[in-house]
Amino acid sequence: MSHMMGYRRSDGTVGIRNHLLIIPTVICSNQVVNRISQMVPETVAIPHQHGCSQIGADKDRTFEVLAGTGRNPNVGGVIIISLGCEVVDPHALADAIRPTGKLVEVFDIQSAGGSVKAIQHGVEIARKMRAELEAMKPEPIPLSELIIGVKCGGSDATSGLASNPALGAAADKLIQQGGGVVIGETTEIIGAEHVLASRCATQETADQLYHIVDRFEKEVERMGADMRGGNPSPGNIAGGLTTIEEKSLGCISKCGNAPIQGIVEYAERLPKHGLYFMDSPGNDIECVSGMAAGGAHLVCFTTGRGTPTGSAVVPVIKITGNKRMFERMNDNMDIDVSDMLEGTLSLEDAGERVWREIQEVANGKLTKAEILGHTEFSINRIGPSL
Amino acid sequence: MAGHQIEAGADALVMDARDHVATAIKDLQPGQKISYRVQDQVRELELLDAIPFGHKVAIQDVAQGTDIRKYGEIIGRTTADIRAGQHVHVHNVEGIRGRGDQAVKG
Repeated sequence: MSHMMGYRRSDGTVGIRNHLLIIPTVICSNQVVNRISQMVPETVAIPHQHGCSQIGADKDRTFEVLAGTGRNPNVGGVIIISLGCEVVDPHALADAIRPTGKLVEVFDIQSAGGSVKAIQHGVEIARKMRAELEAMKPEPIPLSELIIGVKCGGSDATSGLASNPALGAAADKLIQQGGGVVIGETTEIIGAEHVLASRCATQETADQLYHIVDRFEKEVERMGADMRGGNPSPGNIAGGLTTIEEKSLGCISKCGNAPIQGIVEYAERLPKHGLYFMDSPGNDIECVSGMAAGGAHLVCFTTGRGTPTGSAVVPVIKITGNKRMFERMNDNMDIDVSDMLEGTLSLEDAGERVWREIQEVANGKLTKAEILGHTEFSINRIGPSL
Repeated sequence: MAGHQIEAGADALVMDARDHVATAIKDLQPGQKISYRVQDQVRELELLDAIPFGHKVAIQDVAQGTDIRKYGEIIGRTTADIRAGQHVHVHNVEGIRGRGDQAVKG
């Protein structure tokens, strides 16, 4: 399999899904957005807590995550629902998404005349847009156009021993095919940054990697607390991980062995080919949402403790090296590589298993998180609410 | 680091020859003799503590204040003397990085 079936957008990007996305520009629009999504189930809603009482870089980050999610190539059409007085400008948001060539509609609840009328109007638009999306036909696309995110969450000791190395082997295969891979979680390379820095393609990128880790660590110092207990979390510790250094050293193997070509900002648009590092928190939902806003098509997510989380516009493949958890939380897990720990599954075969699943999901196979309707979405904040 | 091949039937894994610890891949009991491999050598160790699945056991005596290694890299510093066969975790190892608590004191 060297191709996937995708939707070619007019800006040249390719989607492996064809979602109709409903974006509230502010928390005050959430209920209207949720109601519309309930009434037109073939839509994805991204309710969030933000969009008001924000300034500066923090406001810009919220805007960029919303715009990036709308621009994600898996999205075929976007409805933006504003209250009418928030700091995230709904028309600027629509203008940031429109160059992709996809269908974009925007309206506000204050002008529509309240919730009931806004819901009614939104449902009409959603049904019409959904019909237009149904008419689009996917076509064969080379795998070299695929961009995946690699993420771990709810880690335990099996993550560093089995599932992360297996995912790394699959990431290497995608890079060999000419595709793109993004790894994030600046927090979770603390203590392992020297290993990744030695793999950066240029000294400038290595310096930048040290800089973003240092910046993060200074934030922890400002908080005056030991990271341990927050990260590694109580669950990580119960699973055998003792320090952030140990967790980080287990984390980094999930991106394979390719050189790191560059560092991108949180939610920044991802280059199409090669391995990149996104400066992002370890928080699962914020990190995956940042990758999706950057244009990743799907995310491979390893876990040992077990987590159900998915993502609004990208399929999330769950991979584990913990057999007991795989059996206990089977409805949330896509791939079990725990036989690596028994010595009966080689790293190469485990990587091949993950790589095959990536190709199948890129060709339309639904992940467990998609089947269960996990569409988690969260925006990283860098400033106070006013 | 990622290229290791795991032996069938092992009780615990050592990721690198420089490591002070092995990771249990079964629930292990005190008094139990376990075997683990370091490169081409199979070694044995009698456990002094229960080691739950995924947790670490010291494979050599480690003095308090030592930088302790797994994956061949430093994962923290010991806060007590640890004997070979003892459980290695948050009760006897602390992180060195991300210590905002010490920045305030210091």
